[in-house]
Amino acid sequence: MIRRIFFCGLAACAGLVTAISAAQAHPHIWVTVKSELVYAPDGTVTGVRHAWTFDDMFSVFATQGIESKKKGEFTREELAPLAEVNVTSLKEYDFFTFAKANGKKIEFNDPSADYYLDFDPKDTVLTLHFTLPLKTPVKAKELALEVYDREFFVDFSFAEKDPVKLVGAPAHCKLSIARPQEMSAALTQQFSQMPADQRDPSVTIGTEFANKISVKCP
Amino acid sequence: MRSVGARRSIADVALLVAILLLAAGLIDNAFAQAGPFGAPRTQAPAAPVGGVLGWVFAKQAEFYRQFSGLIRASKADGSAAWSLLGLSFLYGIFHAAGPGHGKAVISSYIVANDETWTRGVVLSFASALLQALVAVVVVGIAAALLSATAATMGRAVNVIEIVSYSLIILIGVRLLWVKGRAFVALLRTLHRPAAVGAAVTPHHHGDLHHHHHDHDHGDGHAHHHHDHHHHHDAHDDASAWGHAHAPEPEELSGPGGWRRGLSAIVAVGLRPCSGAILVLVFALAQGLFWTGVASTFVMAVGTAITVAAIASIAVAARAWAQQVADARSGYGMLAMRGIEVGAAVVIIAFGALLLTGYIVTERMVGI
Repeated sequence: MIRRIFFCGLAACAGLVTAISAAQAHPHIWVTVKSELVYAPDGTVTGVRHAWTFDDMFSVFATQGIESKKKGEFTREELAPLAEVNVTSLKEYDFFTFAKANGKKIEFNDPSADYYLDFDPKDTVLTLHFTLPLKTPVKAKELALEVYDREFFVDFSFAEKDPVKLVGAPAHCKLSIARPQEMSAALTQQFSQMPADQRDPSVTIGTEFANKISVKCP
Repeated sequence: MRSVGARRSIADVALLVAILLLAAGLIDNAFAQAGPFGAPRTQAPAAPVGGVLGWVFAKQAEFYRQFSGLIRASKADGSAAWSLLGLSFLYGIFHAAGPGHGKAVISSYIVANDETWTRGVVLSFASALLQALVAVVVVGIAAALLSATAATMGRAVNVIEIVSYSLIILIGVRLLWVKGRAFVALLRTLHRPAAVGAAVTPHHHGDLHHHHHDHDHGDGHAHHHHDHHHHHDAHDDASAWGHAHAPEPEELSGPGGWRRGLSAIVAVGLRPCSGAILVLVFALAQGLFWTGVASTFVMAVGTAITVAAIASIAVAARAWAQQVADARSGYGMLAMRGIEVGAAVVIIAFGALLLTGYIVTERMVGI
């Protein structure tokens, strides 16, 4: 009987800790994403080239203490050590980049060595450029690419203008982009059109908040 | 007859413990301390929380994004600084809902220690202000004086975090030791039929109760406990849980007592909020370090208000549990001890999860 108290208590503790793990912080870093999908001449996708622009607060924070010849401006060389830190620490988060080819998850290698950081002195923002090569280039009828931080510490969103480009893709490939807001708007509409007693199992809430790129090459 | 009664009592107790811990969990969850639980990152992104919480998160982000603009504006126009302070205050209130402001630890600490409301509020404010102070000191020394890089500051914060989380574990272990012994001792006495009988039949005693008045509860519950302490005469070492070695609430309010509360304040308040550090560094870069400092402290006041509110809920929950427990005689006391043990376990769990990185607070990494 006493044991039961203990078990109840333990269960409650476990529940507590699990429940707590569900909550999250608000974002502290905002990133504006521009991406390019790079294709080989044979039509396979070889990698993703990212250009991520950080918000001004984080950019100023990140460049704090970095020596520069000209005050308030940083060259690529001066920022090289920071770029290295960025790229290295991004590995832990899978570069916030998740891809599926024909519905199957595909893996990336570490970024190629040509990564760099740019500093825009006017807006005081940093932009990180890096390329993620696919482990094995794939020919995909359907390619899906998402950029997000599931811990939502970093808020990713596609640039307003030309967020995604296809580089060297076969001419018949079609690109479509979904932004988090659009997705949720579409979702709301979808729900509102659904009879109240009907649940559509094909609608899964959760992934709707990622920035989704999808390329169809039928 | 007795065994039926005992069985019922235990069921009640079990229920009470479970409900309370879960309630505490919900409170903490709602104002949580957390990040994902080491789940594989290939999972779908966590959906932004809906409802009130979603709104709170959205507001925080919205406020936070306005900081840089307002700090820039303060450079040219002094009145923007006032908007900045107002925003900092609101942000603080909302932000305390995010991780890393010790709500869970402080609430559990309050439950485990039977803290008074005043002390709960003082703990909340002191730890929030200490957090602000640490942020100002870190940025002031590292960035302003030494022109250290963000990476260096990150490392400094990392060391502070490790110390802070270790302290949290230590506090939890200490509480578990004291409260666990109390629980076991009480359990033993309750297992003696005579003791159960005594516990069920209220009658008055002299000196022993005095003893417990002095050491047990400084609050209005003291007189209820007359009825529950009878097992003590049956079994003297039960006074082990009588906290001979643990400071009691009324001791805490005394001159030496605050020292123990201080350990909780330091453990929770040591870790600076990364938002504050970013704001301070940004303000520094604009040549407005002191504006940043003011903003940080105003933010802390806002944070403290939220944490104090949650602490108050913890105090009320504990008082309510006490009331329910009082109605259940000996086993009610056992439930209270059980809750205290649970709260101590929660503190340890938090410290351990934070230390091992299973609960992610705000990341201060290279990105």
